[in-house]
Amino acid sequence: MSKALLEISGLVAGYGHLPVLHGIDLSVKEGEIAAIIGANGAGKTTLMMSIFGNPKPSAGRILFEGRDITDLPAHAVALERIAQSPEGRRIFPRMTVLENLQMGTLIAPDKERYEDDLGHVFELFPVLATRKDQRAGTLSGGEQQMLAIARALMGQPRLLLLDEPSLGLAPLITRQIFAAIKALNEEGLTVLLVEQNAYHALKLASCGYVMVNGRITLSGSGTELLESDEVRRSYLEGGASSPSADEAKKGAKA
Amino acid sequence: MEYFLQQLINGIALGSIYGLIAIGYTMVYGIIGMINFAHGDVFMVGAFIALISFLGLMAVGVTFVPLALILVLVVAMLLTSAWGWTIERVAYRPLRSSFRLAPLITAIGMSIALQNFMQVAQGARVKPLQPVITGRFEMFAGDNFAVTLSNIQILIVVTTIVLMAVFWLIIDRTSLGRSLRACEQDRMMAALCGVNVDRTISLTFVMGAALAAVAGLLYLLYYGVIDFFIGFIVGIKAFTAAVLGGIGSLPGAMLGGLIIGLIETFWSAYFTIEYKDVAAFSMLALVLIFFPSGLLGRPEVEKV
Repeated sequence: MSKALLEISGLVAGYGHLPVLHGIDLSVKEGEIAAIIGANGAGKTTLMMSIFGNPKPSAGRILFEGRDITDLPAHAVALERIAQSPEGRRIFPRMTVLENLQMGTLIAPDKERYEDDLGHVFELFPVLATRKDQRAGTLSGGEQQMLAIARALMGQPRLLLLDEPSLGLAPLITRQIFAAIKALNEEGLTVLLVEQNAYHALKLASCGYVMVNGRITLSGSGTELLESDEVRRSYLEGGASSPSADEAKKGAKA
Repeated sequence: MEYFLQQLINGIALGSIYGLIAIGYTMVYGIIGMINFAHGDVFMVGAFIALISFLGLMAVGVTFVPLALILVLVVAMLLTSAWGWTIERVAYRPLRSSFRLAPLITAIGMSIALQNFMQVAQGARVKPLQPVITGRFEMFAGDNFAVTLSNIQILIVVTTIVLMAVFWLIIDRTSLGRSLRACEQDRMMAALCGVNVDRTISLTFVMGAALAAVAGLLYLLYYGVIDFFIGFIVGIKAFTAAVLGGIGSLPGAMLGGLIIGLIETFWSAYFTIEYKDVAAFSMLALVLIFFPSGLLGRPEVEKV
């Protein structure tokens, strides 16, 4: 068994006097994809951001490669080579696509590899190569998502945090992005993925966590969770019918 | 016609000074969304540091003008930058996560503090500097009016152009400039990319103050007199220039500076000198009616 790259224990964080996370325990092992699924407002994004100290955890520890990064400022956490493609993509809209990618390289330890890394992300997302001199704000939602992931990859990260990469995207684009995540993981990249799209996320993940109201209520391997009654009831079959939920139903019947 | 040309030259020289100061307002606004009302007084401090350096150099017998100029420029930029850095560090940074009006009020307080400090430290009287750069040449003579271009005007415009070019290169082409723009567009995301946001904000104040110091030096050389109160009115004009050009926009600040300088000069030349400030501010009001975000500013809509 490989060692834990990211180890979160007893993490409590919130905004002002409103606690959002009530003692999160979670670990991501080197080389795996870990997924956190949960409904809107469960605290998934808060968890992703509190790794960077925003909001600052009021209790608990975050260890990265065994080092305590709980109290580091956001940029110092990033410099540990933890790259995030955050919720809402947050590309720099008034910079070109290329400049956005160059922003990603600040945390890269090996600056000589810039051209190779650039070639690599263009190979992964060819549409970015054709738009590299365009202002990022003019890209479509799917292209912006690709750019956000590509920007994170330019930093040669040890750990990639992906927050809702499928949010608001057409099913075809979603599949493209998940395929890219899978490819990256096969190259050895460790990924922590936060998703509402439970089916896609758990199919991809070797390890999954279910988050409800700021607590981890269930964890296990991706397939275990996909088959568990709670996950199927709450995240796959219930609620409004989404393409992925339909797919999951078909999968369940078959 | 000759008279018009002469006023155009004067206006561009004055406008360049406003533009250099306006950059400081617009950069700070761009990056932390705050109006640094003390910036005009940083310009005033820069002018005083330049004056004191000149007097010091004369006392030790440096009489070679280009050398003296360069020394004064360097000293003024360094010391004024230190002021800018300190002001941000002690007065603004502790309030950064406070409510929006808090830094604004502190900035006004800082402005008053700087003025009073200089009044106490250097006295309230107007300080003269004997002309350092003299000489002018006649471009051409009309029937009863000769258009002249003074060396100091040439120095002002050339210095401004060079500084703007260097500055633009830094902002547009370097990794530092990219980080700065990143902080301006999304501070948290910039931090996630590994940008030390606090240091970048400090740097913004340092660069703004350095440009204000140059403006202070040029003002001193152009007018030959300064006092502790010049930062107020010149600062307000430069702020107006920044708003006119579109606050947050660097080319806008320069353009705004030139427009304010030209309006002021032409109004004084053709109408009444007493109403030159009214003219400049009226123009601001007019422009904002038709371009609410300034001439080169971008409207506050973001595609999400």
